[in-house]
Amino acid sequence: MARTDWQPQKIPSEKFEIVGIKQEETEKLADQSVSFWKEVFLRFSHNKLAIFGIIALVIITLLAIFVPVFSPYSYREQLGIYNAAPTATHWFGTDDLGRDVFVRVWQGARISLFIGITAAIIDLIIGVLWGSISGLAGGRVDNVMMRIADVLSAVPYLLVVIILLVVLEPGLLPMIIALSITGWINMARIVRGEVLSIKNQEYVLAARTLGASTWHLIKRHLVPNALGAILVTMTLTIPTAIFTESFLSYLGLGVPAPTASWGTMAAEGNKALTSAPWRLFFPAFFISLTIFSFNAVGDGLRDALDPKLRK
Amino acid sequence: MKKRNLFLMLMLLALTLILAACNFGAEEKPASEEETTEGTEGTESPEGTTEGGPKELNLVVTSEPPSMHPQLATDNTSSAVLKQIYEGLTTYKDGEVIAGAAEKWEVSEDGLVYTFTLRDAKWSNGDAVTAEDFEYAWKFALNPENASEYASILYPIKGAQAYNEGGGTEEDLGIKVVDEKTLEVTLENPTPYFLELTAFKTYFPIHKATAEANETWYAEAGDLFITNGPFTLTDWQHSGSMTLEKNANYWDAENVALDKVNIGMVESETTAATMFDAGEIDFVGSPFQTVALDVIDRYKQEGILKIADYSAIYMYKFNTTDKIMGNANIRKALTLAINRQGLVDNITKGEQTPALGMVPLAVNGFNEDRGYIKDNDIEEAKKALEAGLKELGLSDPSELNLKLSFNTSEAHAAIAQFIQEGWRTNLGIEVTLDNSEWQVYLDKLTNLDYQIGRLGWIADYNDAYTFLEQYDSAKNGNNDTGWENAEYTALLHQSNAETDQEKRIELLKQAEGILMSEFPVAPIYYYTNLSVKKDYVENMELDQLGNVYLKYVDINK
Amino acid sequence: MLRYICKRLIYILMALFIIVTATFFLMRLAPGSPFASERAFPPKIEAQLNAKYGLDNPWYIQYKDYLVDTISFDFGESMKYKGRSTNDIISESFPISLTLGIEAMILAVGIGILLGAIAALYHNKLPDYLASTIAVLGISVPSFILAGLMQYFLAFKFGHFPVSGWKGFNYSILPALAIAITHAGFIAKLTRASMLEQSNSDYVKMARSKGLGKWTIVIRHTLRNALMPVITYLGPLTAGVVTGSFIIEQIFAIPGLGKHFVTSITNRDYTVIMGTTVFYSIILLFAVLIVDILYSVIDPRIKLKGAKK
Repeated sequence: MARTDWQPQKIPSEKFEIVGIKQEETEKLADQSVSFWKEVFLRFSHNKLAIFGIIALVIITLLAIFVPVFSPYSYREQLGIYNAAPTATHWFGTDDLGRDVFVRVWQGARISLFIGITAAIIDLIIGVLWGSISGLAGGRVDNVMMRIADVLSAVPYLLVVIILLVVLEPGLLPMIIALSITGWINMARIVRGEVLSIKNQEYVLAARTLGASTWHLIKRHLVPNALGAILVTMTLTIPTAIFTESFLSYLGLGVPAPTASWGTMAAEGNKALTSAPWRLFFPAFFISLTIFSFNAVGDGLRDALDPKLRK
Repeated sequence: MKKRNLFLMLMLLALTLILAACNFGAEEKPASEEETTEGTEGTESPEGTTEGGPKELNLVVTSEPPSMHPQLATDNTSSAVLKQIYEGLTTYKDGEVIAGAAEKWEVSEDGLVYTFTLRDAKWSNGDAVTAEDFEYAWKFALNPENASEYASILYPIKGAQAYNEGGGTEEDLGIKVVDEKTLEVTLENPTPYFLELTAFKTYFPIHKATAEANETWYAEAGDLFITNGPFTLTDWQHSGSMTLEKNANYWDAENVALDKVNIGMVESETTAATMFDAGEIDFVGSPFQTVALDVIDRYKQEGILKIADYSAIYMYKFNTTDKIMGNANIRKALTLAINRQGLVDNITKGEQTPALGMVPLAVNGFNEDRGYIKDNDIEEAKKALEAGLKELGLSDPSELNLKLSFNTSEAHAAIAQFIQEGWRTNLGIEVTLDNSEWQVYLDKLTNLDYQIGRLGWIADYNDAYTFLEQYDSAKNGNNDTGWENAEYTALLHQSNAETDQEKRIELLKQAEGILMSEFPVAPIYYYTNLSVKKDYVENMELDQLGNVYLKYVDINK
Repeated sequence: MLRYICKRLIYILMALFIIVTATFFLMRLAPGSPFASERAFPPKIEAQLNAKYGLDNPWYIQYKDYLVDTISFDFGESMKYKGRSTNDIISESFPISLTLGIEAMILAVGIGILLGAIAALYHNKLPDYLASTIAVLGISVPSFILAGLMQYFLAFKFGHFPVSGWKGFNYSILPALAIAITHAGFIAKLTRASMLEQSNSDYVKMARSKGLGKWTIVIRHTLRNALMPVITYLGPLTAGVVTGSFIIEQIFAIPGLGKHFVTSITNRDYTVIMGTTVFYSIILLFAVLIVDILYSVIDPRIKLKGAKK
């Protein structure tokens, strides 16, 4: 493994001169990128699975917005028919307290979608920045940044949640905080790994030699090339957030009952697997459908954006 | 390139080695050992139990028992096992106190001195069970250095509280070894339920010689684990399983039918139910796991669900130091406006009895409802609410924004949501639910940082006093409501000095009446114990304290 | 390389110190005590208990004690399980979790990479859709639901496997699968994504033009370079999986280490919290170190020493 000890010979900086950027040339690049986005859109719209994903997500969102408003039942109303199987009046059946599962599923969608997407965005931002800075800087900075991530993932999470529980009133904010404390670490590690493998490739070296800033490197070279891994990690972040939310609700950190998220409903339904399977099936089905749709869209986007796949 | 391949190969090799080395070794060895012991038992058993070979019972408990030391154990799981391997001076059969390690006893006229005569019983290693073993065990529990969390159950003994709290001395304790077989116990007050206490785990004897020689004798099964009960602990895989085998030296060994009891540790109710359905275990019911809500209806239909009364109560405590909850009328309104019958019929499903008093109907002398309140009395509740609002200077019930706290559990959450909805629709009171992790919740209760909080109380001995004592002063560690009442306290003190059982119960009922007119607590239901067993399991019953004694259990396959 | 590893070891020690410190203060800040229960006992007894376990000392003495414990790797007696030492608890339950964990990892990596490679090779064709759908299902159905379903159907209804317990290889199949499937789904997605990124690289085109077979290229070229993100993910994952999963152990009644991470905290069993945390941290920190070393094994272009200025 002697090869890894190889060091490039230092070239004195006097041998270089700064050329600068010509304004007209950047204008030209911007011109081209319009057609680039058009092409992205075109390629995306040819991907059937991705289109299916978009439609499903839109429908789920619309139902989450409108069903609780227009349903004849409220999500907390106890109707006196306990654990009843799906019928024409109660499409998804009723739960152990005699509440309509259909309206509860769409009430729950509001919480789960909000939490899943918010957590994913926060994880994305922190994770990508942390990972790419760490990977690009290398050396001591890399070491310190990654050890901070290690420390955060090793400190008992449950203890942190309990402290949050004591300090904050239950609700969405402490939930998002609890999800974000460790949620981004996976993303940061994966982005760093990608950055490490990309940063010494010829085109990045070339860009750097041309005087590109770190920010420019991240934005223009590292993120687009690590996009596949980033999108995949994001698709894991959403279900993880949805189910961690149910665990955190269970500890008392989330939105108080009788409001229930998909995760909580699935966890409770899991306990009624043999006596009222619909209580598990419907929330679990919509969680899976949502994740599937996000995946399809993510894959479609990745393919559409990938410069190497351009025809 | 080659180097790298070699590296990968090494990694793979290491992995396979680890796999081979682990090889589930943690469990395999004892399993094979078990088989061989079983084999030898089968061949040698001269008494020849019955045709069917050794009789084995398979059970599960919810967790690893935290302590198998009778004097240090506090929880249900530990005591469920301890009851099978130890025997106190007295024990239970069908819910009645009978003689255990003691053959007979005499009680002095004033009810203060108990003289126990021990029977000719032996420890599992053949040593005789002596009065000294009891003295040693009880003093161990009371010695403040040992910090036994359940020592207070020995407080009826004279001088026990003072010694345990660091005031008195060991010499002043009312525990006297008259001779090897005679133990004389002097009490602080006449305690009519003392013979129930002597059947309790903290009153069990321990083998003095081993306990003195080895401080952690109780941490592992083996030669050091010497017991005097019908069974003895032969194997203990921590967090995995325990094996009890018939104690050949037990004085009544000929009446013990089972040869072996395998106790697994299964945390999930659902898993336990599936194991029962699959025939892997023979019985489900507290303390040997509980019947999951999911399968109650099915077991009812199959006609195998057994429902037994249980001396325990589920209740909501009110923090009377809170500005709103300090109002007795508001508390009354909330207490009355609970549809208990609807709750037990539809949510808890265990045919629990709606609690309209503070002492469960399974308790001696309290077997009938005392008629303090009516269940789901919305009319009276509305009146009380109106009066309460006036006193608080409020005009509308919606101005009360109350918080109902409970520790996290799906059952508690379902009950809370049911009651929350009832209060909202019937009284127009908005209640926010606040669930927290168990320790955080306990902290809230003891610091009176709550408004309405759920608690359960299970009797250690079947007497009303255990349910009423906690409210004797606001400082009582189990009170948690900040409520106190001089008359109530006086009644309890009177009852302690009273030797006539009828009069004593009368005094306790008067005290209960005060609780049920000021409502520091809203009783909800009296527990029941649900269980299912396979047909071939006989005599496995739960008594009103939730005890199961495997001594009486038989298997007829 | 050796110098780099030495440096990393120093960082690991520092990280461990911070973890112990943070855990200690979090533990002390959390309300509750190891002895608290529904049934209150006299304050005198509580004081005795605290004295017995050294909880009556000022915080800096307790803190020092935990640091000493960590250095000597002896965490003392559990406060919940009377008479049992934290070290015993770990050494009895870890081998079980390790066995189950390795089994699960082999399954996860095997299934995951296979599915991912198939999906990437047949990009946007039927096998891709099939493999991707399976992977997404794996990701979106959490292990607790999957475990419950498998236990009910495979073990009980069809009787192929024991319902629960830990008495042999047979007992480990369902729990290992339940752990593996989520991770397999994710590994499949990662493999697919990064293989697609590689498949248009010049060296792959070169290999193809040399007339090498599809799978030969995959195995000899693309897969190796595509494994970067997978390995990144695998490091911390392995640390997590071999130290046990609370939910799976709960459902299948496996006496592993995983449950102690959760129950020690809900019990406020301070000594066990510290013991398990330090144990897990060491495994995690080393797993991450191994990943970094593997980076340069797989791709010699990667240098960890830092940017040249």
